[in-house]
Amino acid sequence: MTKRSATTSNYSRRDALRMAAFGGAAGLIAPHLLGKPVLARTSSAKPTGRVIVGLGQEPTVFNPLMVHIEVDDGVHFSVFDALFRIDPQGVVQPNLAVEVPNQKNGGISEDGLKWRIRLRDDVRWHDGKPFSAEDVKFTLELIMNPNFRSWRTAGHALVRDITVVSPTEIAWRMEEAFAPYLSFLTETFIVPKHILEKEANQNSAAFNQIPVGTGPFKWGQRVAGDYLELVANPDYFGEGPHIERLVFKYIPDITVLYTQFKSGDVDLVGQPYITPDHYGEAKTLASRVVTLVPRTAFESFYLNMERPQFKELAVREALYAAIDKEAIAQGLYYGVPAPTETFMPRQSFYYNPNLPAHEYNLDRARQILDQAGWVPGRDGVRAKSGVRLSFVNSTTSGDPLREQVQQFLQQTFTQLGVEMKISNLPAAVMWGEFWQKSQFDSVIVGSTYLIGADPDVTNRLHSRSIAAMGGRGSNNAQYSNPEVDALLDKGARTFDPEARRAIYYRVQELVRRDLPFLPLYQNNAVQGHKSGISGIVPNGNTRTESWNALAWHWAS
Amino acid sequence: MSRFLLNRLSQSIVLLVIVSIIGFTVLNLMPGGPLAQFGLDPGMTQKDVERLAAQLGLNRPLWIQYLDWAWRLVRGDWGHSFRDGSSVLAVIGQHLLATLLLMGTSTAVAIAAGTWIGIRGATHRYSLFDYCATVGAMVALSVPTFWFGLIGIYIFTLKLGWVPAGNMYTIGDGSVLDYLHHLILPSLVLSLVHVAIWSRYMRTATLDALSQDFIKTARAKGVSERRILLKHVVGNALLPMITLAGMQLPSILTGALVTETVFTWPGMGRLFLDSLGYSDYPVVMGLLIFSAILVVLGNLIADIVIATVDPRIRLG
Repeated sequence: MTKRSATTSNYSRRDALRMAAFGGAAGLIAPHLLGKPVLARTSSAKPTGRVIVGLGQEPTVFNPLMVHIEVDDGVHFSVFDALFRIDPQGVVQPNLAVEVPNQKNGGISEDGLKWRIRLRDDVRWHDGKPFSAEDVKFTLELIMNPNFRSWRTAGHALVRDITVVSPTEIAWRMEEAFAPYLSFLTETFIVPKHILEKEANQNSAAFNQIPVGTGPFKWGQRVAGDYLELVANPDYFGEGPHIERLVFKYIPDITVLYTQFKSGDVDLVGQPYITPDHYGEAKTLASRVVTLVPRTAFESFYLNMERPQFKELAVREALYAAIDKEAIAQGLYYGVPAPTETFMPRQSFYYNPNLPAHEYNLDRARQILDQAGWVPGRDGVRAKSGVRLSFVNSTTSGDPLREQVQQFLQQTFTQLGVEMKISNLPAAVMWGEFWQKSQFDSVIVGSTYLIGADPDVTNRLHSRSIAAMGGRGSNNAQYSNPEVDALLDKGARTFDPEARRAIYYRVQELVRRDLPFLPLYQNNAVQGHKSGISGIVPNGNTRTESWNALAWHWAS
Repeated sequence: MSRFLLNRLSQSIVLLVIVSIIGFTVLNLMPGGPLAQFGLDPGMTQKDVERLAAQLGLNRPLWIQYLDWAWRLVRGDWGHSFRDGSSVLAVIGQHLLATLLLMGTSTAVAIAAGTWIGIRGATHRYSLFDYCATVGAMVALSVPTFWFGLIGIYIFTLKLGWVPAGNMYTIGDGSVLDYLHHLILPSLVLSLVHVAIWSRYMRTATLDALSQDFIKTARAKGVSERRILLKHVVGNALLPMITLAGMQLPSILTGALVTETVFTWPGMGRLFLDSLGYSDYPVVMGLLIFSAILVVLGNLIADIVIATVDPRIRLG
């Protein structure tokens, strides 16, 4: 990547180069093409200008440790710093820490249980107070405070005996070795102890509305329901920021968001980005840069493996063979998404490109069902041992593209002797207990499996993560495969990226074979910004397009 | 009069309690809830969701949640938003001004234009003007507001570049002129429907007044048509309009859902939609009670004004 990436990371030069190669040449070259490095500025010029980011949801939670939604991340990444950041290639970079700990540099003990982090000594909070290891300790303890409305506690729950060794060094012990924790820490922003410890109730602290961080931008103002404005932090310890004001403008209607991009009212279209049906036109707009950016979310036809219709692999295989992915991606989604065979984003170091390719073949689908003994009944619907091959498919109502996909598949499945009924629900209902406790037959869902760039998917695919069976996670397909379980356990304890890659390659093979969900395609975001803004580099390992707003600048 | 007010007040309290119970029950019986949106988050587990539900008090029996909410409300605490923890009254206050500005302007335009069109239509019945007004009103009432909004943006913003595409002001500007510039298109679009309603009501009311005996008497006495219209007809025709205005008060404040969305106007309508989308119960309940109070208040004000304007009506 940049000079900074290659030298300040604690990955060896070879590791870094290897990862960068897998991350894709585009990611390597793009920052330089755009004029300035991703996380760095090359001059000490005073920040100037303003960038307005249009968002479809309103950022409202500014304490980054509290439960929040994706769009809030744009604010968190700008106002706060984490111990580490993750770059577009998936390489963890130091942020508040001076190096990324690993087993080679002694930051993580050989058994993976003892962690020691060295911190920068030149960081100050926006109110001028110095940042220290006490803030990190306070942050990690606050997350696990049972009275605090924490966001994710996974990973943090394993941390024990946090010790402040010195103002610039902190250490702790893990209850068990957990390699993904490094990735979790890239999304754990550090909050100021000196402000929050005085609060009787951190859930309702004034800080939550007017946050104080160490990040490249300071809190400016918020007009509820309209916009919020951040201003450049001239004392930021790192390089940047270059723009004086960063504005997040809330535009709830997706068509209006695009219209305001066209009219020039917003400089950059953030989540939910430009809709696929506008992609063709957007590309032709003058003075705008419109690109397809791979996201970590992928669309799938999710099956509830505990339903008798789906218990047999032959059924799942037949349904998969009957899905014309190319027609859906091209015909319904204007060619924006990319068909995939796995849940791992293709930009990931752990993406397995060698999985068997899907082939749309209705005859083969019929053959599979015939051979498995699913015989068409008098109503044309196949059945076996008293189980009819009939099921309900649900998705969020009000999503016309997904609804079209459903109708398309419904027709195809009918030709196969499979009955699919459609019953859609509002998002607030769909993703509640119906999803969380596996009350569905099948759903069409766009979901993310990873946290940061870590390949650990225990929460989604381990058999102890089935909430409907009392498990702790979100294995909503109720998928259970002992080999996958063992591999996931091993992967979480393994710190070496090469060794982990072998593990997660195999996990992907097994999941592709077992088909607990029928993978459709990986989503691409249609991102657009005015051509005058430089330094915008997509990072599929974060949930926000504003992850590096400190590097943005207007071309002079 | 004071007896009337006391009577109305006690009825209103009962009404508000009923509205709140129904609203609270319906809202909380909907499956999903405010934490459902985290169901897709890869790092959030079912246990995390349950922990948060307990912290927010969502796992308590519904009637306890209601009593807790009602008791707080009585003490002036409207609760706190689930989304950002800020007080419900503050959230409503932040959006109220934007809606008042938009709805106030469009209502003023609608009343002025609607009244004039209605009276002129009635006094020139079956003229070309009257036919045009009737057809225009039908179109304005039949076509959805968002369509007018989008067409307006397409023509006046993207093609002609006369007015902004939306928003209440330019970030960083915010001068009076800038506000007015942003107000033109949404208030005109929004007033279209109201002009149609007002003009139709006003036309009927004016025709009704024109057919009264005292108008014939006035005419027989030789009073000029202009004087008859201004002194006798308009005053009488406006009486039912006061009731209409009173009934419209809550709709004025709860905002124009669609228009606010199309024009990115940070008002109450959008707040209501957003809060429903997030299942932010405290804010939705706050808005519900706020609207109910406005309905009661609007009707009460209309009654009092009518009694003041028309001495034939006595309250009590």
